[in-house]
Amino acid sequence: MSTRSIVPFGPQHPVLPEPIHLDLVIEDEKIVEAIPSIGFVHRGLESLVNKREFTEYVYVAERICGICSFLHGASYCDAVERVMQIELPGRAKYLRTIWAEMSRIHSHLLWLGLLADAFGFESLFMQAWRIREKVLDMLEASTGGRCIFSVNCVGGVLKDMDASMLKGFVQELDKMEIQVRAMEKTFLSDATVNNRLRGVGILTKQQAHELGATGPFMRASGINRDTRKLGYYAYGDLEFEPIISNDCDSYARCEVRIREIYQSFDLIRQAVAKIPDGDIAVPVKGNPDGESFVRVEQPRGEAVYYLKADGTKFIDRFRVRTPTFANIPAMLETLKGCDYADVPIMVLTIDPCISCTER
Amino acid sequence: MGIMNFTGTTLKNLFSKPATKLYPSVPQDYKERTRGHVVNDIDTCIFCGMCMRKCPTGAISVDRNTRTWQIDRMNCVQCACCVKNCPKNCLSMGKEYTTPDTEKTIDVLQKILTPEEIAAEEAAKKAQQEKIKAAMEAKKAAEAAKAAEAAKTEEPAKAE
Amino acid sequence: MTDGEIKVVTPDTLLGEAMKIHDQGWRLVQICARALKDGAGNEITYSFGDDLIMAHLRLTLPCEEHVTSISHIFQTAYFYENEMHDLFGVQVDMMTVDFKGNFYKIGAETPFKK
Repeated sequence: MSTRSIVPFGPQHPVLPEPIHLDLVIEDEKIVEAIPSIGFVHRGLESLVNKREFTEYVYVAERICGICSFLHGASYCDAVERVMQIELPGRAKYLRTIWAEMSRIHSHLLWLGLLADAFGFESLFMQAWRIREKVLDMLEASTGGRCIFSVNCVGGVLKDMDASMLKGFVQELDKMEIQVRAMEKTFLSDATVNNRLRGVGILTKQQAHELGATGPFMRASGINRDTRKLGYYAYGDLEFEPIISNDCDSYARCEVRIREIYQSFDLIRQAVAKIPDGDIAVPVKGNPDGESFVRVEQPRGEAVYYLKADGTKFIDRFRVRTPTFANIPAMLETLKGCDYADVPIMVLTIDPCISCTER
Repeated sequence: MGIMNFTGTTLKNLFSKPATKLYPSVPQDYKERTRGHVVNDIDTCIFCGMCMRKCPTGAISVDRNTRTWQIDRMNCVQCACCVKNCPKNCLSMGKEYTTPDTEKTIDVLQKILTPEEIAAEEAAKKAQQEKIKAAMEAKKAAEAAKAAEAAKTEEPAKAE
Repeated sequence: MTDGEIKVVTPDTLLGEAMKIHDQGWRLVQICARALKDGAGNEITYSFGDDLIMAHLRLTLPCEEHVTSISHIFQTAYFYENEMHDLFGVQVDMMTVDFKGNFYKIGAETPFKK
């Protein structure tokens, strides 16, 4: 048996946009075990819910994460609305759906760029981010913010999109789809990319279920499950099938995310075609009292929210279980037995968001 | 698996304009709804302090006595919560982002009143005080009357 | 268990109930602690799910009492249990991986404890 040594990985590493620390136990060049530790960017946002009024906490909830910001804010509102038994107007539901799908496109394109950067394909990284810039422009035009939208409020949304704006967005998305298809060719069939991704970081279907993997990471292991199928917001009215792959490796995760971008284009088109007229918010009276669980499909996977209110204007407990938190145990499993050089790719394929994880 | 997949994109990029902008010399075109910074129309502001209480980061502070409204731009997160809650609609969002800076500064806006306005305000204050005084006196009188009545009703009881 | 059900358990019956859920083929979704008012202890909610359904076990634990880890039944539980220990000061026994308070590298000890 060769000697074992421990190599610290992170919290500062060229490939990591955010700080996670792994102690890698290695034997020659192979990883035997990985021990994680987090908490470098813990901000205590969950406990801030006791100090801000429940209507103002929306703005704090949005800032849990910079990329899935919209869904954090919307789900917080959703949780309060469920406690207060508020039924949203149809138009507000559709608007939330459209913005949620737009943020999925922008998150997945960001991830594709980061992946290209991780395997050393700098110009592909720039291609992905150039396309992403178009979505950010659309989000800025419709909400006023590029990443943090601040359009949610308890009882609906704050801003509306008129018909001409929606039509313009759909045309813009059609153009984007052509660009994504051109880029997809490089991601999925280029020899250099294939060599780095194929057969790397295998996570079997059984493991994915037991280790609680979520989102594209889980669907790439062949599990057909998508929380959007619960039918929250307007997803109940839209037609879509979860995208899965049976390859179980890093390539499959890349493929699933690329195909999810097309799915999001399609969902936005469907939503724009079906969006009803009417109010975008309902007035809210009184304070929430009760508890609720909310599950949503974020770009990175399933997020679970728990909210407990006690009838005052300050909420007692708001808990966010983010997708990355659930994906880390599964990622540690994929690390076992892989090469040291593949660790950055493996860490990236779960699309880690550490500030989300630590709140 | 293929090779030369990226060639088309490379050639296209070679002969097309750059996607980026030479930023400070070419100005950024902000969108209609861009939330850049908070603007206060100080003349219509009534210094109610609603924005101060609602601000999630505590960036705004309002002083009613000195008629000042101040904002710490570095703390502001452009959520537009103050704009939503302003009762006089004197707050709005400007399009341009706050410029980068080397130190934290606080923007202070003070409402300077004209002599007529000061006179009007003092008159209003006086009127208010007089009103309060009158109300107090009326209350006192009413109480005295009540006491007298109570004494009256008590007296016959004693006599019996 | 049915979707959305919240079953109240005690520290003694927790492992038995978790075992039953594990035998159904469900997986752990999350464990959430909530500090009760006036330092009365913590309320812990274990959520389990399969596909799109989710059900919960609820446990009320006074401050000084310990709870046995379910990480021998659900592999990933140690993650949530260490988080609970670091943020709320919940005492969990027999975790498969015990970080001993070093999972969250934060300055304050048990910041969410009331």
